[in-house]
Amino acid sequence: MKKIFIAIVAVGFITAGFAQDKGSVLIKNGTVLTVTKGTLTDTDVLIKDGKIAQVGKGIAAPQGVRVIDATGLFVMPGIIDAHSHIALDQINEGTNAITPEVYTGDALNPFQLSIYRALAGGCTVSHALHGSANSIGGQSQTIKHRWGTYDANSLKMEGAPRTIKFALGENPTGHGRRDGTQPQSRMGVEFVIRKAFNEAKEYSAKWDAYNKAKLVKGFRGAPPAYSLRLETLADILSGKIILHCHSYRADEIQMLLKVCKDFGVTRVVFQHTNEGFKVAPEIAAAGAMASVFADWWQYKLEVYYSTAYNATILTRNGVVTSINSDSPDLIRHLYHEAGKTQKYGGLTDDEALALITINPAKQLGVENRIGSIENGKDGDIAIFKNHPLSIYGVPQYTLVDGIVRFDREKDAGDQRIMVDPKQTVDATMYETGHAYDFCMSGTEWLFEEVENNKK
Amino acid sequence: MKTTMKNTKSIYGIFVALICLGVMFAEAQSPKAKNGTFALTNATIETVTRGTIANGTVIISNGKITAVGTNIQVPAGAEVINCNGQKIYPGMIDTGSKIGLLEIGQIPQATDERESGDIIPQMRALTAINPNATAIPVTRIAGVTTTLTLPEGGLLPGTAALVNLHGYTPDQMYAGFEGVVLNFPNTGRRGFGDRRTEDELKKASEKALATLNDAWDKAIQYHKLDSATGGKGVGYYPEMQAMVPVIRGERALLIEVNMQKDIQAALKWVKDKKVKKVVFMGVSEGWREAENIAKANIPVLAGPVIAIPNRDYDRYDAQYANPGIMRKAGVKVAIRSNEDGNGNYRNLPYHAGFAVAYGMTKEDALKAITIVPAEILGVSDKMGSIEVGKSANLFVCDGDIFETKTQVSHVFIEGWKMPMQSRQTLLYEEFLKREPGLNKN
Repeated sequence: MKKIFIAIVAVGFITAGFAQDKGSVLIKNGTVLTVTKGTLTDTDVLIKDGKIAQVGKGIAAPQGVRVIDATGLFVMPGIIDAHSHIALDQINEGTNAITPEVYTGDALNPFQLSIYRALAGGCTVSHALHGSANSIGGQSQTIKHRWGTYDANSLKMEGAPRTIKFALGENPTGHGRRDGTQPQSRMGVEFVIRKAFNEAKEYSAKWDAYNKAKLVKGFRGAPPAYSLRLETLADILSGKIILHCHSYRADEIQMLLKVCKDFGVTRVVFQHTNEGFKVAPEIAAAGAMASVFADWWQYKLEVYYSTAYNATILTRNGVVTSINSDSPDLIRHLYHEAGKTQKYGGLTDDEALALITINPAKQLGVENRIGSIENGKDGDIAIFKNHPLSIYGVPQYTLVDGIVRFDREKDAGDQRIMVDPKQTVDATMYETGHAYDFCMSGTEWLFEEVENNKK
Repeated sequence: MKTTMKNTKSIYGIFVALICLGVMFAEAQSPKAKNGTFALTNATIETVTRGTIANGTVIISNGKITAVGTNIQVPAGAEVINCNGQKIYPGMIDTGSKIGLLEIGQIPQATDERESGDIIPQMRALTAINPNATAIPVTRIAGVTTTLTLPEGGLLPGTAALVNLHGYTPDQMYAGFEGVVLNFPNTGRRGFGDRRTEDELKKASEKALATLNDAWDKAIQYHKLDSATGGKGVGYYPEMQAMVPVIRGERALLIEVNMQKDIQAALKWVKDKKVKKVVFMGVSEGWREAENIAKANIPVLAGPVIAIPNRDYDRYDAQYANPGIMRKAGVKVAIRSNEDGNGNYRNLPYHAGFAVAYGMTKEDALKAITIVPAEILGVSDKMGSIEVGKSANLFVCDGDIFETKTQVSHVFIEGWKMPMQSRQTLLYEEFLKREPGLNKN
């Protein structure tokens, strides 16, 4: 027993050690797309111990530091996806309309191949979001794609702010209808959220009163009952958690803005936001942000009135906007998704690149750490053959904390680090297009009737 | 003098009012397509079949391309469109769509791509294609002028139709090809949500193959009876009537098949059954069987290209590289978007572009969305390239059509000049600077 324990501890140390490894690399002679400070030609980027130490011309390689020749290549900040469900074994805790007590950080799976495939698309960081089955879903985790680690915890981006998933519209109301519970309408969604916030307020007040009373000498009394659910909601109200809200229609976006205003919640990011373009002035005025698809529409009623110009309209109205994936396929080519904003509205290269770098970094509250190539930032870098916004852009290397985690030349084909013993060799999938809304993964049973109707 | 002034003023006033009315009237109407004679001058013409012509002219008249080249006389009365610095491409053909059948996903009332039954080849997509589907303008203003609209469902879910994305009835849209769809029995999983056991999967595919063989045998019988009696001795049997042209090789069998094992089985099945006109669709693991597909001389409608590999142990770019690998092996490859989940058939050139980024030649990729699908579907006399005598399905844009920054400025479908407008562009115009903005008063 003791031996096993020691072995486990040892493995823990080894893997943790690997995951927190910081690398040093000198990237020579690339076209550096800093995103925040323009494009620098024939420029070197030196990463020391996982951090960008120097950006400039003719930097000499410190002894023992690997040099990547980026002559003719494009060097950009690692791509950030503000909405993804990769590396998660579970996505939805749909047992109640309100489940802020759960946390996707408890369901991370470092062996999921999607992590490597995201790296192969230049994506270094993603937001492992809870699903959208309920109005107030679970807390979520910003992860670094440290492919190779066996330790789920070391995927977590240390120091990243806490986040939570809310959901409006068809997904939570559809769920309610199946369960015979609230919400079953957009009216109900507002009520569920307001009620929860009110309860959290009362809960905080009780604890504040108790903590204050406790200080008085001779106080005798029991503390209020502890509730992780209410505690978490209270943390949203006090600004400790960034609220990410699945939303499509303009009315529900404005509804949440009003609820947040009433409860003093200021850190709000709308997810999907397909009709965000209709209320862009309201979103901008509230200081809220928006994370959108480049061009998805038509897959359900609430996205029917979408436009691929959404990201441009939001950007031009002053909303900090990102392009996200919500898909293990799209996360591999967010650079291409961002490129589409040049067709739909003519965003500049820097504006388009910001949608997948510094803007999602702001939405996750980590813009001081990642999202641009600047001294002191994390050594998260993607190196492309051809410009990343060109259709011919092909990621060659992807670095996380200065460690090369993807190298196109060295890709072995089979990149699995763990093989599911139950999986047969021919476990194949033949529908691999991105026609699914992964937000509802784990709740397929909800739609069985719809599927059966189709058949 | 005074009265004259007044008269002038009032005439001016009426004039202004008339102009305003005119503007209002124009705004109240949706723009229509325009027919006539057009001269597209000073363009770089990607003819696809006859190379690239610099500084060339294309003349469109009565729906057809009547002249292509340099030193072309512009006919009197032609509307001249100066395409200086612009390119002309043949209209792109997406052979993987649900356009006109699927209006809104997840809403049963807004989807018509599936009918009840496993063997129902008599279900015709063309009959249910909505000419006013929202996706039609969205798709065509991107330069995709023609789509193959596919029914989906069981083994033989129906008959697909090729349509041009302009017209007020399905008949006006019909582009000259119909083919019977066969979803070849699958041995793999549908996707992430498919939780069937190995055993269930095996049983399902075996049962499907038996059902298919039974249907095929019946179709042969029906064809023999029909031939022997000159069409008189057979009763009303719509399923088999729909199969007869396939048995006789007058109509293609469009076989959706993706996994290696299934491709092998389909190759064997096609050979055993001596199917005369076969096209494979999807073929996501075609790269594993490229030589054999080439040997069998079966053309493919491949895609989506922008997709994840079918297996965990496959290289991450397997799907991107798939069309190029098959082409290299000698397979006739068309590329389709199959983006029906999201209604994004407009992304067809990007699927071709990804194939180029991961190994296909640019020339082959362009052919794969123009002349090759036209050839595979037997309509290359009408479309797929810019040649005299073909239907004027073409578009003008300001650069490489595979690049996302390229803007399409004009689209012609069968010689009709399309309004460059869709619901998505209208929303852009309305909401870029919304009025009222934040404050109503």
